[in-house]
Amino acid sequence: MKILVVDDFSTMRRIIKNLLRDLGFTNTQEADDGASALPMLKQTQFDFLITDWNMPGMQGIDLLKAVRADPELAKLPVLMVTAEAKRDQIVEAAQAGVNGYIVKPFTAATLKEKIDKVFERIEAGG
Amino acid sequence: MPISDENRKLYLNQAHALLDALESGSMDDAGTVLDDLTRLRETGLFQELGKLTRELHDTLRNFQVDARLSELTSSEIPDAKERLNHVITMTEQAANRTLSIVEQTFPRTEQLEKRAGELKAQWDRFRNRDMKVEEFRGLSKEIDEFLAWTADNATHIHHGMTEVMMAQDFQDLTGQIIRRVIKLVQEVEDGLVGLIRITGRTVKKEEEPTGQRDIVAEGPQVPKVGDTTKVVSGQDEVDDLLSSLGF
Repeated sequence: MKILVVDDFSTMRRIIKNLLRDLGFTNTQEADDGASALPMLKQTQFDFLITDWNMPGMQGIDLLKAVRADPELAKLPVLMVTAEAKRDQIVEAAQAGVNGYIVKPFTAATLKEKIDKVFERIEAGG
Repeated sequence: MPISDENRKLYLNQAHALLDALESGSMDDAGTVLDDLTRLRETGLFQELGKLTRELHDTLRNFQVDARLSELTSSEIPDAKERLNHVITMTEQAANRTLSIVEQTFPRTEQLEKRAGELKAQWDRFRNRDMKVEEFRGLSKEIDEFLAWTADNATHIHHGMTEVMMAQDFQDLTGQIIRRVIKLVQEVEDGLVGLIRITGRTVKKEEEPTGQRDIVAEGPQVPKVGDTTKVVSGQDEVDDLLSSLGF
């Protein structure tokens, strides 16, 4: 399982990477915004994308839309981990095709629960 | 002070009249003409003063109706103070959270060190064949307990480390908040520069405050800032909202 973690704050990337390692996911890579993440996604096969929303350059919501618009990437599971907490924003992300949404600050248990849920649903074929 | 053609003619006529009066030796007439000239000059001054007053008044009034400026002073600057206070709270919480875990972990590592030292001494005696069978039975039981206790401690310490790591999320969250305040300070600075540039001139009225905006990133929510009814209070509400959307 290869995972790309996108966040403009390196501390948050480290936190997420360490949590993932604790959950048994050791193959992770990092990008600091959508603009640097998108070429990485196109170049190498990733199995899972975890992205922040609010980033300078290309924002997470635009990255999500770009992924869904690209036939090669459209099926990639995307989990948003963000401080954006407006209902409108969550609805927007849902409509753009996000697979899971976590608001910061979050716990290790929440991350595990949401990742499990995303893959459960994918395995169930929906 | 610039004078109009009309005023110039008036001054010129009065000057001629003054010359005529003086040449003909009529000091009374000369006095009257001088009085008229003084009045003429005062009227001009008052008019100019009136004009300045009106400009000042207009500028101040335009200033009040400048939508962006009133938005800045009435909500964004107080919000910025609230945001910075929230940053202090968050950094304080993160520091306390981290320190508490460190304080809880120290006794565990101290115990671990002490107990391992004691057992090591006994183990060395056993290896040197300096131990009776009875005593070894006791040691064997102690080692058994120590191993279980060590595993338990390791789990505790691991959880503590995860907790310490999670506490570092403040850097991202406060960073986002501070960036927003920096943007505001920049805007105020630009505004002040603009204000200096337009002093004495009228301010162009800008569009109304943007009530309806597209969905844009706003960074972490800050207590007591903005319309909290539009905001979820935590992960549970996110989950409820998403499940209402068929997730």
